[in-house]
Amino acid sequence: MSAIPAEATTAEEKVETTGQYDELVNAGYEHGFITEIESETLPPGLDEGVIRTISARKGEPEWMTEWRLAAYRKWLEMPTPTWASVHYPPIDYQSISYFSAPKKKDGPKSLDEVDPALLETYEKLGIPIEEQKALAGVAVDAVFDSVSVATTFREKLHEAGVIFCSISEALQEYPELVQKYIGTVVPPTDNFYVGLNSAVFTDGTFVYVPKNTRCPMELSTYFRINEAKTGQFERTLIVADEGSYVSYLEGCTAPQRDENQLHAAVVELIALDDAEIKYSTVQNWYPGDENGKGGIYNFVTKRGDCRGARSKISWTQVETGSAITWKYPSCILRGDDSVGEFYSVAVTKGMQQADTGTKMIHLGKNTSSTIVSKGISAQHGQQAYRGLVRIAGKAEGARNHTQCDSLLIGDQSAAHTFPYIEVKNPSAKMEHEATTSKISEDQLFYCRARGLTEEDAVSMIVNGFCKEVFNELPMEFAVEAQKLLSISLEGAVG
Amino acid sequence: MLSVKGLKASVGDEPILKGLDLEVKPGEVHAIMGPNGSGKSTFAHVLSGREGYEVTGGSAELDGEDLFELEPEERARLGLFLAFQYPVELPGVNNMYFLKAALNAIRKSRGEEELDAVSFMRLMKEKLKILHLDDSLLKRPVNFGFSGGEKKRNEIFQMALLEPKLAILDETDSGLDIDALRIVADGVNALRSPERSMIVVTHYQRLLDYIQPDHVHVLAKGRIIRSGGKELALELEEKGYGWIVEGEAA
Repeated sequence: MSAIPAEATTAEEKVETTGQYDELVNAGYEHGFITEIESETLPPGLDEGVIRTISARKGEPEWMTEWRLAAYRKWLEMPTPTWASVHYPPIDYQSISYFSAPKKKDGPKSLDEVDPALLETYEKLGIPIEEQKALAGVAVDAVFDSVSVATTFREKLHEAGVIFCSISEALQEYPELVQKYIGTVVPPTDNFYVGLNSAVFTDGTFVYVPKNTRCPMELSTYFRINEAKTGQFERTLIVADEGSYVSYLEGCTAPQRDENQLHAAVVELIALDDAEIKYSTVQNWYPGDENGKGGIYNFVTKRGDCRGARSKISWTQVETGSAITWKYPSCILRGDDSVGEFYSVAVTKGMQQADTGTKMIHLGKNTSSTIVSKGISAQHGQQAYRGLVRIAGKAEGARNHTQCDSLLIGDQSAAHTFPYIEVKNPSAKMEHEATTSKISEDQLFYCRARGLTEEDAVSMIVNGFCKEVFNELPMEFAVEAQKLLSISLEGAVG
Repeated sequence: MLSVKGLKASVGDEPILKGLDLEVKPGEVHAIMGPNGSGKSTFAHVLSGREGYEVTGGSAELDGEDLFELEPEERARLGLFLAFQYPVELPGVNNMYFLKAALNAIRKSRGEEELDAVSFMRLMKEKLKILHLDDSLLKRPVNFGFSGGEKKRNEIFQMALLEPKLAILDETDSGLDIDALRIVADGVNALRSPERSMIVVTHYQRLLDYIQPDHVHVLAKGRIIRSGGKELALELEEKGYGWIVEGEAA
C-alpha cells in the first residue's frame, strides 16, 4: 500500500526479451470463413449524402439524421489520434463502404425465416442459435454485419419491462429514450473515431432496465463482421434506471479477410442511483496473418457513467483478437459512493498490437475504483497498458487500487505500462502495483516432467495468471475465454 | 527396468558425464553419491530430458524404450519421475488442478480412462493417508510460497499419485531439517514396492539413515567409480570422498 502525493505522475516501464520460443504461436485462425449471402451494400465513400441514405434506409427520426450530420461535420475537422503506442498505415475513409445489410427486406419473425447460411455460420462458430435459445438465461441479439437478424427471449424480457433490441429498432419504438441518453456519455466530439461512428453507425444494441428491476437473464450479443471492406460502426447504449441490475455479454469473431477491416464502435453505459451494470466482452477478431496482414483494426470507445449515487459499473474484457486494439473502457464516477471496476486480459501474438487500459474519473465523494489488468505477449506481440486515474478536487475520500501484470512468452514480445495518476484531493487513497514476468524454461520443464505437453503447460500457467479476471466473467463466458486463450496461444512457445 | 550404458553428456563444450553405466532392476533402490560437481544432478536431468544437456554417447533404456528418443513428457508418461532438487513455483496454478491434469495426461497416454473429479479426490485422499499428509498444500498454487520442506513433500506426494515405475530423487534431502527429512523419507519408504525402482541422488549419507538402499554408487568426474552395498555409504560418511576419488586417479 502506498499513498501517492497530490500531483500528477506518469511512468513507463518497458520490458523486452530476446530468445528461444518461436513455433508455438502459429495456430491458424479457427473462425476464418466467409458466409455467402447476398448483401445490399452502398458503394464505398462518405459524404453527407451517404449519411442521409443510411438514416433514411433505417427510417430514423429527423433529429437523428441531423445529429449524424452534425457529428460528420465536426469529424471532418478532427485529427486522427496518434498518441497510442500502435503503428499502422493511414486509413482511406473514402474506400470504405458504410452500409451493408442482408438482402431480405423484412426482418425475420423466427429462426425459420433466417437465412440458413447465417445459421450455418453461427454453427461453425460453435454458437448455434438453437443452442443459445436452449441455454436458459441467455438471450441473444445476434448482429450479423450491420443489421440484426435474430432476437430471442424478447417476451420474457418484455414481461420484466426490460427493453433489449437493436438500436435501429429503439430509434423507431423508443425514440425519446434514445434521444435522452445517446451521446451523453460519449459525445460525438469526444474523439476522431467517435465522430465517425456517430455519423455513420448502422446498428448496435439498446438496453433499458426500468427502476428496481433485476434483468432476469444475462443479455448477450454476438457481433460478426462478414462483408469485405465494410467498416463496422456499432453503437451500444445501455441504461440501468434507479435500483436496477443488468449483466451484458459481448462476444465477437470475424471471418478471415485479406484487407484490414476498421471497427470503430461506441458503447455508452448509464447507471442511475443504486443501479449496477456488468459488461463483459470476449473479443476474438481476426488478428491478421503471420505478417499482420488482413487483421481487424479495433478502435473502440467504451465508457460508463455512474451517474447516480451508489451506482456501480464493472467492465470485464478478454481481448485476444484484432491486428490493432485501441480500447479504454472507462468509468466516470459521478454519483457519490459509486464504484467502477475494470478487469482485463489482453493477448497479443504474431504481429498484434494492443494499447488498452481504462480511465477512472472520480468526481463524487467516497467513490472507489479497481483496475486489474493482465497482459500477455508472445512472438512479436506488442502491448501497452495505459490507464488514467483522476481524482477531482471535490472527490473527497476517493480510493483506487490498480494492479497491472504482464506476462511475456518468448524473446521478441514486449510489454509497456503507462499509468497516469492525477490527484486533486489530498484525502485520496491510491495503490498501484505492477509486475512483469516470463514463462520460464524451468516452469515448462517442470510441467513436462509431470507428463504435460508444453502447450498444456503454457495454457495452464496463462490461465492461472488470468484467474482473477476470469473469476469476474459469467460462468459460460469464463469457460469460453479459457478455451479461447488456449487456442490463441497454441504454437506460441517453441 | 533401467539400463544405462556408457553414457556421455556435456553442457556446452564441457563434458560432464564420461561413460556412466548403471543397471537398476524392478524394486531396487539405488543411491548415487558423490562430491559436488561430480555430475549427479546432470545424470538426473539427462535421464528426464531437460534441455541444455547434450548426450554425446551411450544409451539409456527404460523397459527397453530408448529414453533419448522421447520428449520429457513422453518419458514421464512411460513411468519416469523426477523429484526436483528445486521444485518450481507455478503461481496461479492450483496444485490439485495441476495434479489432476498430469495424472490424466499419463493415464490417457496409457489408454486408461481419465479420472473425473470425484474419483480423483478419492485417490488423492487415499495417497494423503499413506503419506500422513494433510490436504492444506493442495488448495494452494503449485509450490508457490511453499517452504523448502513443503516443496519436497509436495514432490513426494506427486510421486505417490503418479505411481511411476522409476523415480529419481535429485538431492531431495538438500535444505531439509531433520523432521522434514524424516517425513520425506517415510513417504519414500511407503512408496517402495516390488515393481517400483528408485534412484536416490544425494550428497550426504544422512538421507540413507532413513532410506535403506540396495546399492550405493559413487559418482566422480562423470563416472561411477565404486559400487557397493549400504556399508559403502557409511564408509563415505566416515572418510569423505577424497580417498576413493584420489585412489581412482592414482
